[in-house]
Formats: sequence, structure tokens, C-alpha cells
Amino acid sequence: MNTKVKIAGVEFKNPVMTASGTFGSGMEYSDFVDLNRLGGVVTKGVANVPWQGNPVPRVAETYGGMLNAIGLQNPGIDVLIERDLPFLAQFDTRVIVNVCGKSVEDYLEVVERLGDTEVDMLEINVSCPNVKEGAIAFGQKADCLYDITSRIKKKAKQPVIMKLSPNVTDITEMAKAAEAAGADALSLINTLTGMKIDIHRRTFALANKTGGLSGPAIKPVAVRMVYQAAHAVKIPVIGMGGIGSAEDAIEFLLAGASAVAVGAMNFVNPYATVEVAEGIETYMRKYGIEDVAELIGGVKE
Amino acid sequence: MSKQKATAIVAEQRRIAPDIYDMWLLTDLAKEAYAGQFIGVYPKDGARLLPRPISICEADREGGRLRIVYRIAGKGTEEFAGWRSGQSVEILGVLGNGFPIQAAGGKQAVLMGGGIGIPPMLQLAKELKAAGGEPIIIAGYREGQLFLKKDLEQYGKVYVATEDGSAGIKGNVLTVMEQEGLAAEVIMACGPMPMLKAIKAYGAEKQIDAYLSLEERMACGVGACLGCVCKTTHKDGHSHVNNARICTDGPVFEAREVDI
Repeated sequence: MNTKVKIAGVEFKNPVMTASGTFGSGMEYSDFVDLNRLGGVVTKGVANVPWQGNPVPRVAETYGGMLNAIGLQNPGIDVLIERDLPFLAQFDTRVIVNVCGKSVEDYLEVVERLGDTEVDMLEINVSCPNVKEGAIAFGQKADCLYDITSRIKKKAKQPVIMKLSPNVTDITEMAKAAEAAGADALSLINTLTGMKIDIHRRTFALANKTGGLSGPAIKPVAVRMVYQAAHAVKIPVIGMGGIGSAEDAIEFLLAGASAVAVGAMNFVNPYATVEVAEGIETYMRKYGIEDVAELIGGVKE
Repeated sequence: MSKQKATAIVAEQRRIAPDIYDMWLLTDLAKEAYAGQFIGVYPKDGARLLPRPISICEADREGGRLRIVYRIAGKGTEEFAGWRSGQSVEILGVLGNGFPIQAAGGKQAVLMGGGIGIPPMLQLAKELKAAGGEPIIIAGYREGQLFLKKDLEQYGKVYVATEDGSAGIKGNVLTVMEQEGLAAEVIMACGPMPMLKAIKAYGAEKQIDAYLSLEERMACGVGACLGCVCKTTHKDGHSHVNNARICTDGPVFEAREVDI
């Protein structure tokens, strides 16, 4: 039975990764899961310099999901290179670094710094809804997305994944723009912009007023967008959005994702990533599937 | 034992004041639980995803039992209040860094608990007494429902403050310090933010070390999501900005470390 998948020439032992921002740099969850069991670890978004992030409250639970407005707090690329990458290098798993910035130059600086490291792939965050400058501003207009993608591709030494926002009118237009600009893969969906109001205090639940909705509540939207994107482009798509079980993950694979990532559900079940990887094997045995590739895009039309 | 998500059994639960519940859980996590640490308790309702952070009121390490005393603050804790003996429940723990017992060595410790910040003072008083101390405990209540007062009296002299003056001294924990003429050499506290701010100012004025247990909206509970940060006076080693994670760098901080 083969669970390996290849994305932009990089081989993953299984199609299960972590979604950026929900898994730190792997250290926090290594108390719970053996990182060697994962296809890849995607680190929390990192910028060229440390970012403070947003004021608290930064998180709020909603029905079947949660809102967050962390605001991409991160210690900056120096700390990631000095502390987090050596930690992750101890494990037999692929390392994908999520990159964020306020300007194109910020992104390029991080991408260049990572060029000299052992990082396997870069994921470019053009879809965080919680910061005022950068991030989603680059990911909501096809021409902006094309521009930043092509500029990053010129500098990047590793394959580039563009992480797309669901907060757009037509996901296929964005997917095609990233592909046309040379992206090696896509990942989606980032969170959906949402809001929660405390009716007793008459205040916003989040200090940022709006936040990104994640968790099982967004899964059907994510499956639909992954299906649309995967059918609009030839480059591989990494699917995410509410995945907490192997059943969830297999839906994304069948919709056309070449790999999947577990995000908010790590908070609900810190063992979720490994359970998803094991559950995919169980499913493959049950249905006599020899190669996980048979599942990718395998939904009957 | 590292952190884990584990199944615990509800040993017993009762209501001890309006909206305040006292629950004992059978769990091996008790073996490594210390004063000021907390556990995440998961609602069974699958639509409510996140573990609720609840401080440890008592840890019976030999018996493998944890006691939590919590207030109904929403639908999640409302569900917990309906749990019966024998039910199995999911918890995440043990989380956070507790109170530094050694910091009270040879000093007069005054423990200050306000409202639902009173419960962790019980395990703390127990540990301080076991370490040879004689803690003074000040419990601040909203009104005269003096939950846990008798429990606390096993481990130290207890003073009571109530906001409405229906029991003890009318006022707050610091009113008690003043009116009873108490002197602290180290303060350990848990309670609402205005109380903690006042204690920080009091400690600074009197030059007393004060250890404060903070609270914030949390998601992961293990330091990954950066949801529950508090402003710190210095850049901390993890974030490299002035934001410490309450769940893993805290919840207990020395008052000078935090900008509250």
C-alpha cells in the first residue's frame, strides 16, 4: 500500500500535514504526536521581523467552529531559522514554512533568507484576514496575486505554495492567476472572515472585531472550493478547512486535493493529525486501494 | 508524564453556591498536578469544540483525583454542571506553570483569591502548609455565599471580604490587608483583572513580590495558537515581542513581568 504523495517534486510519506498557525512550529504538539508520523509540518506564518499581533481577546468559539484574530504574531525569521528549523530537522517529516509580510519586499526578504535553509517548501500567506496591511490584500485581486506570486517565484529556491483565501468571488480565478504566475502548488482554504457579538455586554467577541472562521463549520465550503480550484488548474492543491478525521480528509482527496492539512481540530484533538494518517490507511485497506493517488480527484462525476 | 488528552471519570459533583460547582474527577493526570496549574475540560456537545480552561482546586496525587470548582460562564460550563458521577469526560492536562512554592520559603505568604479565583488558593495553601509555611488566606466574595471557606481553614488563617458587606469585611482583599493590619512578605493571587491590577500596584508600592494567575480566552491551551497572550514588560524568550502565552508561559506570572 502506498501512501506517499509528490507535490512539486517533493515526496511526502503521507498526505497529512498541519495547517499553518495551528501547530506552532511543531514543538508544542510534539508532546502529543510523533512528528515522524506526519507527511509534513507547516509552521506558523513568519515575517522578516517580529510581529506583535492583535490585542486580546483573539479567539472566540462559535457553533462548530472558532474565530481567531491572532494577527500573525511571530518572532521573525531569525528566530525561526535559529530555533524552530533545527528542532524540526530532528524529525523525518517535510518542513513547509508559511511566509507573511506587510509589503512584497517583506515577503521577498523572508523567501531569500529561507533559500539557504533545508526547508522543503514555502507556503505564501496571501490570505490572512486579520492584519491591516499585506497578507489578504495580495490575495483578493487576481492581478495582485499574479504579481506577488511571480516576484516570489523569481527569488524562491524552494517550490512555492500559494495559500488562497476563500473570501473571494471566484476561487478559480485566483487559482488560475497563481498558476499562471508560476506557483508550484496551491493550498486552501484559509479562514472565512466572520464576526461574533456578545449580546450581554454588547461588545465584539474579538478585539479585532472580525476574525477568521475555522473548524468543522467551514468544511463544506472548503471541500467545494478545493474541488473548484483543483479542476481549474494543473498544479497540485493542498486541501484544508475543518479536517478532524480521516473521513474529512478523504473527502478533500476525492474532491481533488493531493494532500490535506489539519488546523483548528488540533485544538479539539491534539492527536488528530496522526489519527487522520492512520485512518486513511484503514480506509485504503477497507476498499482495497493500493495507492493513495487513486483517491485524488476520485469523486464520481 | 507529558501533557495529554485523557478520559477522566466524574467521581462526584455538587453545587456549592449559585452557579458555582464543585467536581472531583478520577484521572492519572492528578499525579503531576500542582497549585496554579489548570486543565482543559471538553464539552461533550460536538458543536462546542474548545477545551475550557479550569484551575485545579485540589490535587489528590495518591488517590488520582482532581478537584475543580468552576462558575457557569456559558453553555460549555452549563453542560459540565449537568455531569453526574460515573460519567466519562475528556480533559487536557496538566497545563501551565503553577505558583512557585519555593518563592514563599521562610516568608509570610498571603494568598488572595477573588470570586472564581478562590479555588486555586486551596491547593496552594495546602502545598505551602506542607512545605512548612503558615499562609494567610484572604478570600474575596461578591456576597455571603462563602464557598470553600471551610476547606481553606484547614491550611491557614482565613479572612473574608464581601463586596456587599454581608460577611467579613466590606470591600475587597486589599481592604482586609489594611483593616486587619496584615503584612505580607510574598503575595500569591488569582481573581478578576481589576483585583490583580490593584495587587500589582500594592506589591510595587510595598516592595513585595506578588505572583498573579492570569486568565484569557484560550483555544489550544498548549502554546501553539497564540490566542491567550498578555503584555509583558520585557520581550519574552519565546515570542520575541512583549507577549507571553498565558497557557504555557503562565498562567502564573511575577507581577513585575506583566503589563496589566
